[in-house]
Amino acid sequence: MLDNFPLWPQRASAMAGNVDALYIFLLIVTAMMTALIFTALIYFAARYRYRPGVPAEQIEGSTPLELTWSIIPLGVFMVIFFWGAVVYFKGRTPPRDSTEVYVVAKQWMWKLEHAEGQREINELHVPVGRDVKLIMTSQDVIHSFYIPAFRMKQDVLPGRYTVAWFRATKPGTYHLFCAEYCGTQHSGMVGSIVVMDPAQYEAWTNGGPTGPLSATGEKIFAELGCSTCHRSDSQGRGPNLQGVFGHPVALADGRTVTADENYIRECILDPGSKRVKGFQPIMPTFQGLVSEDQVNALVAYVKSLSKPADSGIKTSAAEPAPQAGQEKAQSGAQNKPKGSQVN
Amino acid sequence: MATATAQPPGQAIERENYLNKHYGVGSWLLTTDHKRIALLYLVSITFFFFIGGFFALLIRLELLTPASDLVQADTYNKLFTMHGMVMVFFFLIPSIPATLGNFLIPMQIGAKDLAFPKINLLSWYLYIIGGVMMLHCMLTGGVDTGWTFYTPFSTAYTNTKIVEAGLAIFVAGFSSILTGLNFIVTIHRMRAPGMTWTRMPLFIWAHYATSIIQILGTPVVAITIVLVAAERALHLGIFDPKLGGDPLLFQHLFWFYSHPAVYIMILPSMGVVSEIIACFSRKRIFGYSFVALSSIAIAVFGFLVWAHHMFVAGMSVYAALIFSLLSYAVAVPSAVKVFNWTATLYKGSIHYEAPMLYAFGFLGLFTIGGLTGLFLACLGIDVHVTDTYFVVAHFHYIMVGGALMGYLGGMHFWWPKISGKLYPEGWARLAALIVFIGFNLTFFPQFLLGYMGMPRRYADYSHMPEFQILNVFSTAGSTVLGVGYLLPMIYFLWSMRYGKPAPDNPWNAAGLEWQTASPPTTFNFEEEPVVTWEAYNYEEIDSGHKQEVHVVG
Repeated sequence: MLDNFPLWPQRASAMAGNVDALYIFLLIVTAMMTALIFTALIYFAARYRYRPGVPAEQIEGSTPLELTWSIIPLGVFMVIFFWGAVVYFKGRTPPRDSTEVYVVAKQWMWKLEHAEGQREINELHVPVGRDVKLIMTSQDVIHSFYIPAFRMKQDVLPGRYTVAWFRATKPGTYHLFCAEYCGTQHSGMVGSIVVMDPAQYEAWTNGGPTGPLSATGEKIFAELGCSTCHRSDSQGRGPNLQGVFGHPVALADGRTVTADENYIRECILDPGSKRVKGFQPIMPTFQGLVSEDQVNALVAYVKSLSKPADSGIKTSAAEPAPQAGQEKAQSGAQNKPKGSQVN
Repeated sequence: MATATAQPPGQAIERENYLNKHYGVGSWLLTTDHKRIALLYLVSITFFFFIGGFFALLIRLELLTPASDLVQADTYNKLFTMHGMVMVFFFLIPSIPATLGNFLIPMQIGAKDLAFPKINLLSWYLYIIGGVMMLHCMLTGGVDTGWTFYTPFSTAYTNTKIVEAGLAIFVAGFSSILTGLNFIVTIHRMRAPGMTWTRMPLFIWAHYATSIIQILGTPVVAITIVLVAAERALHLGIFDPKLGGDPLLFQHLFWFYSHPAVYIMILPSMGVVSEIIACFSRKRIFGYSFVALSSIAIAVFGFLVWAHHMFVAGMSVYAALIFSLLSYAVAVPSAVKVFNWTATLYKGSIHYEAPMLYAFGFLGLFTIGGLTGLFLACLGIDVHVTDTYFVVAHFHYIMVGGALMGYLGGMHFWWPKISGKLYPEGWARLAALIVFIGFNLTFFPQFLLGYMGMPRRYADYSHMPEFQILNVFSTAGSTVLGVGYLLPMIYFLWSMRYGKPAPDNPWNAAGLEWQTASPPTTFNFEEEPVVTWEAYNYEEIDSGHKQEVHVVG
């Protein structure tokens, strides 16, 4: 209905309908409140304008009336709150079997890397009807990944992952904006989201020369020597990573955390902070030795160790893209542990 | 300084008052009279208002066309940053408290001056030092982070003058703290006999609530600025993840002050509107105690909602739920005020002089600003509209539509008392109308732009030319608005020389300040007034047999 309304944004995701419905509800509620207040104001202003000989009638106030116009609005507000919370909760909870895209933001561009291995800049191709989970981080300042047509926005922070998801419902090309001010070319940090029919998308993915991201990660895992300690049996000096992702991990300090993307990331970059129970603090930090892209690949690899079927990942001819700077990272990392992990 | 020099000389019958008692620059720069300090503030904040307004006009001109063609992206970024910093820290925060509050609080409670007259002067000097630092910062390069200083951009990536701008705000912040402190002590300790808490004008209640926020909130932003400076200059890892810090910590600290700061701007304006509506409908305020206590409730709840600026910042979902819920809690006392003001009009005897037109303007714009706040507090909607023009429109409706309308209404209402002269009523009504129309024309299209998805702080929107039409409306409106703001300054200045002399109580208003001379003498009252009546005793005033001892200055 609203698709062709001139002052309305395009609606192209599952979330957009939810947000629009809530927005229209709020428009109606607030329009009624505005009408109520403005009608009263205008009516009183006209009806009780100054007339000689007609004095104002003093009224103390009325506690029942005060309670009425406190409690009724509060009730209305609570309805808005709950509805808003439900929509928000849905928008913040990615479905379990989403396709994953790793996003690295930097001044002033978006780098997007599909779990299947395709890499894009300032442009993201996705198929209609598939849940897409974005695992995002920034190389420098805070950015914000905003697709108005999907009613989706999430800040992208340096030093951690933030997660968002969407399911596109309509083929087309939509704006991608950076919504958090990030410096000189903030307004140039824009791109597009290309939503395609599944068949078209299939054709598009087959055009790419690269293998899945997790395969790249596996290669880095071996090159950095991670596999010498993190063995696939119980004999390693580090925890066995098979089946770790998505499950609770008991830490040496007594806490238990769920091994999500941020946890894996933190273990790579700051291994001492959340050390697994029963293991010595011998892992070196990889902070500064691996790029954001490499961390993403490693995370994708660790995640792939917990997916028995790996149904989402297509294994086309694997041809891992060799990465500049990898050698340096490798030589630095294989040496003795640094002091920073002891805490 | 125009106030000091434009005093008409040698009117034979002129009584001695605070303006003509002493002449010369020294008598102003070393004064401890709260009324003269209020005028020092008035001149200074007006200066900064027009600087901030000039930046705003350049921003709107740049956005007239999608491409970044009037100024370069870097310049644009500095323009919106300096617009925000100047308007927030050097105009809106001091606006009503430091001018009207300073002028009126002692008089409204029957005191000779504030509790600490010298600290009052000190606070103006701190403001000026901060202001000069900010001017120097702007003239030598400026800042490009947005007034929000988000880290790690501000601490590690921009090469503009963060530390200098931060220090300017730091110093000006102490001015705000001292003013708040002065008001609280004055309201507690200096009330005239019989001026009980429940007899105080609502203007005083609003300033009391404001002062609480100034004292409790401002130190937090001061500390935050010091931390930003420490990270930037000394590379202490506080906010930058590369140094082991947390960028969200900055946002929490910043908004812990900067959200309540909005209430520093709007509460005094609400106080002004209460006075005006009572006077021009010749009635006591409906539900006095609810209006008074709602100010305190806003001040208290206002400290518990800061993270509603951060729903997409990477905060936990559960924290977002709590802050959304509390944000609705703070909306209730604001709604209660609007309902009470509306109910006050009922069976009133309403006059339509310019102050009342501004008060109506306030009610209209604040209602829209407040109701659009419901959209932003709603988690599901906020995700889409935060950091877009929807937010820009919303907070301008509150901080400009609300706070500035109240400020202008108050300036007109008390101008006869301040200057001893009447302003030209016809021009003033026209200006009120122009401001109202210009304001809506400027900012209403921005709600539509925001929902369509136009992000804020974009120098260039040539990728999305569909946003241009609404931007053209907005820019056109801003020129109308500019005229509306220039007019009062012109006719106020004009009236100081050519205006008719004002009677002591031109509006026949309640309130002790109207029982002083216009302009008042240095110590306001010749003898200490004794209060035996409620605030807004318009029934007694209008029935003409007010039996209280008439204390005339």
